[in-house]
Amino acid sequence: MLTDIGLITLVIAFLLTLYATFASAYGGWYKHQKLVESARNASLLTFPFLTVAVLVIVYSLYTLDFSLAYVYDVSSQAMSPFLRITALWGGQEGSVLFWAWLMSGFVAAVLLRKWDRDRELMPYFTATAMLTTAFFVGVVLFITNPFERLWHVPGASELTQSLFQPANAMPYYPEDGGGLNPLLRHFGMIGHPPTTYLGFTGFVIPFAFAIAALITGQSRGDEWIRTTRRWTLIAWIFLSIGLILGGRWAYDVLGWGGFWGWDPVENAMLMPWLTGTAFLHSVMMTEKRGMMKKWNMVLIILTYSLSLFGTFITRTGVISSVHAFAKSALGPAFFAFIGLTFLGSVSILYKRWDTLESDHSLESFISRESAFVLQNMLFLAITFVVFWGTIFPLISELVTGTKITVGPPYFQKASGPLFFVLVLLMGVAPLFAWRKQAARTLGKAIWIPFLVSLGLASIWGYAHRMHPASILGLWLVTLTLSLIFAEFWKGVQARRSSRGEDPLIALFHLIGRNHRRYGGYIIHIGVVLIALGFIGDGNFKLETQGTVSEGESLMIGNYQLQFEGLRGYAGSDGREVVEAVTTLSQNGEAIRTLNPRRDYFIVQQQPVTVPGVYSTSGKDVYVLLVGWDESGQSATFKIYVNSLINWVWIGGLMMIVGTIIAAWSSPAQCETTYVLKPATLTSHPLPQEG
Amino acid sequence: MRNIKQKLLLVFLAIFAGFYAVGVVYAQEGQPGYPTDDDVNRVAKKLYCPVCPNTPLDVCETKACEDWRAQIRDQLSEGWTEQQVVDYFVAQYGERVLAEPQRKGFTSLVWFLPLTAVLIGVGIVYEILKNWRKQQTIPVAAPPLPEVPREMLEKIEREIRELD
Repeated sequence: MLTDIGLITLVIAFLLTLYATFASAYGGWYKHQKLVESARNASLLTFPFLTVAVLVIVYSLYTLDFSLAYVYDVSSQAMSPFLRITALWGGQEGSVLFWAWLMSGFVAAVLLRKWDRDRELMPYFTATAMLTTAFFVGVVLFITNPFERLWHVPGASELTQSLFQPANAMPYYPEDGGGLNPLLRHFGMIGHPPTTYLGFTGFVIPFAFAIAALITGQSRGDEWIRTTRRWTLIAWIFLSIGLILGGRWAYDVLGWGGFWGWDPVENAMLMPWLTGTAFLHSVMMTEKRGMMKKWNMVLIILTYSLSLFGTFITRTGVISSVHAFAKSALGPAFFAFIGLTFLGSVSILYKRWDTLESDHSLESFISRESAFVLQNMLFLAITFVVFWGTIFPLISELVTGTKITVGPPYFQKASGPLFFVLVLLMGVAPLFAWRKQAARTLGKAIWIPFLVSLGLASIWGYAHRMHPASILGLWLVTLTLSLIFAEFWKGVQARRSSRGEDPLIALFHLIGRNHRRYGGYIIHIGVVLIALGFIGDGNFKLETQGTVSEGESLMIGNYQLQFEGLRGYAGSDGREVVEAVTTLSQNGEAIRTLNPRRDYFIVQQQPVTVPGVYSTSGKDVYVLLVGWDESGQSATFKIYVNSLINWVWIGGLMMIVGTIIAAWSSPAQCETTYVLKPATLTSHPLPQEG
Repeated sequence: MRNIKQKLLLVFLAIFAGFYAVGVVYAQEGQPGYPTDDDVNRVAKKLYCPVCPNTPLDVCETKACEDWRAQIRDQLSEGWTEQQVVDYFVAQYGERVLAEPQRKGFTSLVWFLPLTAVLIGVGIVYEILKNWRKQQTIPVAAPPLPEVPREMLEKIEREIRELD
């Protein structure tokens, strides 16, 4: 009964999305205000209907209604109520429904705002955003439906899965379900899909406004950018949090001692983040100088397509094998939709290309403007490197029939130098003035931070006698950090001398006076700290593996791990645990007992390796229990010393704080922020359609 | 003042370069005992599990991968070089076991194309910046006059002449 309600609301939601898409497009084109209003109401109504469908699935997961195939797949009696609820995004059917629901929530939130300000853009915004929602609701309804039931046809060896009762079939109610994939039972994996989806769906909002601006011919002005600035920031930070949580999950659960493995699924998420970040920057150029309007459009179209592509890759598994593509209708459906929306938006952009000329021209090669162009190009180049490496195995298999692997060495070598320049630019570019930067004053500003960084990197390099590449990396990080800190220092000093404020008060006011600028700097600090984590991971990582008997030790660096014994017990959520008791010592002094363990999930017949970790701000000692002999007298351990890895998580937190500061509204910023008001903006009326 | 600055800079750069040299020497130290788990893992790290999707051989937990690691250990203790082991795995299971794609044949495209793209990108940036600059040297064109039909123009001119 309840599932019928869920299915019916899903059908209604699908009809509403279709109606909203066509009614708003038609109403907008033929200036049919009533129709546009009606489409808006339909869009708003989609959200509560999808909410009911989501609630029905959540309730079924919670109450373990195993007659639903989806519940049977991802929920089980041994799972805690909390995990049962998170199983909503633990499988394909639920994930796609969840995606569609979040999307409709975003659209509803936008449409509930004051509608008057962008009256002209709204019909096309609604049409674009609702078309995307319609696609996802359609996929849920027709291809991967979580309301499908299990049926038993007499004589058949396997259960049938369908929405309606097949001929002669009896409904089938299993005793217990398979349960959530054990690897997904971790806080990172509980938070990672929702935040990632919020990021993916969030970027649809600026995209839909961009398309609306192109269609109405308002793309020349920057109104649509002002409207979407905060939405873009929200999407961006959620995608960033999703990436970091995913990294944390990999580090804690996958048991290979790292947080980023350049896996296709990770890359699929990184790409829209890269283009989205480039977009965040290029819109600043449009706001401040009326330049890079074409870039904005190219970048947001790419971000939208790559967001869909990311969902496509994670949900179809097409990259690991070409054959996964044909397994269900999901692959072809996504492929077609991504292709159509990409071609559609590119052709609209092509038609409006000439209206997107810059209001200003470049005055000097050393200027904020050229730094922005270079930065955008770097982001695009890295995106291409990642894209190419991700899809190349597929291309190779299609063209030559040879399966190949493109592993971390490719990505590190190909994107490393580009990231290097990008981080350098992040420190230097904010010093560049708009329009024109005199080399002399630039030198003055860089001089002290440059010396400081050289000194610090030398001391650091001497203390650890590391590889040349790592010293170069550390120099880069310290340079960029000291350049950013110098900016804060200069601002605080100026306030102190002009107003006599305390340093802390001055810092507080400094940030308060210009949220966007200093919020941006704080985000940059976060990014540099994450870069520090990558440098540590790439250069300072130690690893060793060995088999030891009780009482014996393994050595790594100045650490010593003594094996005390093994113990086994039955854990929660239906798992059997084998746990090693070990003592970690540093320079001969015991510092911590570590319990690396191997959890065996009985129902799923799947082992999960849980590391024992001793964590400090400088490094983690990360111990894995690799194996043991049957008597339990000896065990094999793998130990990693992961330097600087915690700065990844700290940097992630800084990024969140910076984004909140940057997105905070202040009355002063509602006015125009143009550095130079372009005379041309008012004197050239827009070419009219026709 | 300026002189001191320059000297300071030189000293720092020299120290910095010195550490480079130390680092290079340090990186070339050998290791005792052979073949340890670490030696096996160093080879396995260059390989990907031939059966599991996207899993490096040194961390793969399946039984098959355990056996492969044991095989690498045997081969190393028989005196095979690391490269010979890697080549053996490629011959046995195909190119897909290599973590780092080769730089020959069709596969070289994976390396070659991004490099080309970056070069083209640099060219594009240069072109964009140059074009933006060029626009500046051209005086801002006056807004185009509204189109007026020829007959109307002739009429106006006639009227002006008549006024004279």
